[in-house]
Amino acid sequence: MENTNEMQVTFDSRSSNEAFARVTVAAFMTSLNPTVEEVSDVKTAVSEAVTNAIIHGYENEIHKITIRCRTEGKTLYLEVEDYGRGIEDVQQAMEPLFTTKPDLDRSGMGFSFMEAFMDRLEVVSTPGEGTVVKMEKTIGKGRRLWTAQPL
Amino acid sequence: MKYQVQENYLTIFLPSELDHHNAEEIRKESDRLIEHNHIRYVIFDFRDTNFMDSSGIGVIMGRYKRVYLLGGEVFAVHTNERMKRILSMSGVTKIMQIYEEDL
Repeated sequence: MENTNEMQVTFDSRSSNEAFARVTVAAFMTSLNPTVEEVSDVKTAVSEAVTNAIIHGYENEIHKITIRCRTEGKTLYLEVEDYGRGIEDVQQAMEPLFTTKPDLDRSGMGFSFMEAFMDRLEVVSTPGEGTVVKMEKTIGKGRRLWTAQPL
Repeated sequence: MKYQVQENYLTIFLPSELDHHNAEEIRKESDRLIEHNHIRYVIFDFRDTNFMDSSGIGVIMGRYKRVYLLGGEVFAVHTNERMKRILSMSGVTKIMQIYEEDL
């Protein structure tokens, strides 16, 4: 189909790669002509998903994380996949402020941020096999749904 | 990353991007300084910061929990619009004042 573009990148689950991951996706989405704000939104969401994979999916062991991106028209489709331990209860994991690692200063807001900054969020996880976080954002909607309100 | 201790105030000059990778070092170093210098007030200086995710919120909440028990407080200074939005949507502004100017 015309007007589509795809890329995929696989990298080690090192925390130093969090910056690499969000900059890579930001570079890929420039063809959609996003605003600075929209780029920041996507970078934040990528950062959250990759951080989750590193801390929770792999529990700081070094394995592979894959990001798949696709643009279609004005929409960016984004998937962040790990092959780690998976999430037993996805609904609970997505509740604001829920965290399994409060001792590590985790705020429990990762999924809330992804939801707030993207148009769609879906989490598919199989315990023992891994997790895929699927997100979408349409560029140029010219609206800001979330205002400065607490979650 | 720079840290400045003045009496019982600790100022943390945050990096340009505050993510999980950077948060780990800030957490360790600031907790060491808080303990050694009997810090009660922590100032997060965002002058160089243009990116933050929920790991940054975790760093703020963690330091707040530490000094709050001693009757202390946390503050943010030099936040740009993006940082203000992230801070307020996380709800952390309920426990932390944002100041435009130096304290």
